[in-house]
Amino acid sequence: MEGAGAMTLTVEHINKKFVKDASETIESLSDINMEVKDEEFICILGPSGCGKTTLLRIIAGLEHPDSGAVKIDDTVIDRPNQKLGMIFQDYSLYPWRTVNENIAFGLELHGVPKERQDVIVKKYITLAGLAEFGKSYPHELSGGMRQRVAVVRALAVEPTVLLMDEPFGALDAQTRNMLQNELLDIWQKTKKTILFVTHSVDEAVFLADRIVVLTQRPGRICEIIPVNEERPRDRTSVEFAKIRRHVLDLINQKCVLQ
Amino acid sequence: MGIVIQDNCSMNRILMTLASVKRRTFLKILLPIAIIVAWEVIAIVLDNQFILPRLGSVFAVLLHPTADILGNGNLIDNALISLQRVIAGFLVAAAIAIPLGIGMGRSETVHDLFDSLMQMLRPIPPLAWVPLALAWFKIGLVSMIFIIGMGAFFPILLNTLDGVKGVKKTWIETAEILGAKEHQILSRVILPGAAPTIWTGLRVGFGIAWMCVVAAEMMPGTNSGLGYLIMASYNWGQVPVIIAGMIVIGLIGIGFDYLFKLVDRRSFAWRELER
Repeated sequence: MEGAGAMTLTVEHINKKFVKDASETIESLSDINMEVKDEEFICILGPSGCGKTTLLRIIAGLEHPDSGAVKIDDTVIDRPNQKLGMIFQDYSLYPWRTVNENIAFGLELHGVPKERQDVIVKKYITLAGLAEFGKSYPHELSGGMRQRVAVVRALAVEPTVLLMDEPFGALDAQTRNMLQNELLDIWQKTKKTILFVTHSVDEAVFLADRIVVLTQRPGRICEIIPVNEERPRDRTSVEFAKIRRHVLDLINQKCVLQ
Repeated sequence: MGIVIQDNCSMNRILMTLASVKRRTFLKILLPIAIIVAWEVIAIVLDNQFILPRLGSVFAVLLHPTADILGNGNLIDNALISLQRVIAGFLVAAAIAIPLGIGMGRSETVHDLFDSLMQMLRPIPPLAWVPLALAWFKIGLVSMIFIIGMGAFFPILLNTLDGVKGVKKTWIETAEILGAKEHQILSRVILPGAAPTIWTGLRVGFGIAWMCVVAAEMMPGTNSGLGYLIMASYNWGQVPVIIAGMIVIGLIGIGFDYLFKLVDRRSFAWRELER
């Protein structure tokens, strides 16, 4: 591997304020520090409005912190970087492009030759389990299928880190569970580092190696909870319920009062 | 038995749909037919072809589109001349309005620089420019292109601006994250994303340009085009030609609007289905 094996993503002293109007500024994130190891699956969990999406956008280089920095190894991330892929809740597929063309989008931007593009698209559409939908348009697909396309579109340019902003938030519970399993599968196959924002405790406990729990506004890290359960995890097991309970207690007590 | 019931239901539904289609078609043609009948009745009663000619005399003009009219050329040639002028003015307007609209939609600086000027010019009817156009460009094609362009310009500009602003933020951010440069974002995200709305602007702009060409051809010194033909016929008291000219104008307008809508349905179907 091209030295990617030792990658570390660090978030150092991130602070972020928003100007609401002339008289009022809202403190969105306060002194966020964390270190993400290579191939780790991190869930960022917190109530709505806690700044978890903002944190993810800062890590993606889409927004700038007021102070602090995001680094991959020693490189400061202050603009979108190809090492970081991002998945949005609204899928953000291009409706005028077919599934194949959507997956090829990033490759096109980098001038990858057409034949090579086709090979890569084939590989990733198969990974998404949508091989027979290559010529379909996004509006012909279900929400779950669209998000699968968005995931492999991000993977096609081979980022090391995948940032996911409540990616399954708009899906029904069944589809959601299915996609969670598929994501873990893809994660194990492609060995990416994943930062996954969610407000669902169940989702976080099912997916994460570590859960970063944020407090209510201003968002700060309340606690980082390791989840050491073997995968595949059983949502109905006693152990699972224990961890869920622990996280819920944190959210309802300690993390509310900061 | 379940199957029978289902069949009955779908049969009923088809019949009901058919009935509703028939009803709607009937409603749509009701008023035009009533007007034509009333026209003919009034024309017979009035018996004054300078106020309202009989249907037959108008159709006589329409049915001989290649016959020379009062030495001013035939209907088809004059319609084609008008069409050339409108296309020229329309293209000039689009060539300025689309880039400007994209610039205003993408850059706050460009927006603030042009916005007040555009707001001020927009309410001025294209025909109010006629005297200035004549003073600046003299009688002729340039003046007409100017008037027509003025008519087409603002719908294209405003729709382009709207379309660019309506491009989803996550579409742009996705492209940025995948490594797109500014020109790639423009050509691969902004333009295709705004295309349906820009197309609507072109359709509306073309309609207005078509109205303007007829008015522009009524400017002094013009000697061809449908607008001129109507004015000339007025001077000669040829009311059937005036009405025939108006009908041709309407038909060509409908025709182009239909073409624009056809392309819209074929190429930009995703706009409706996306929501």
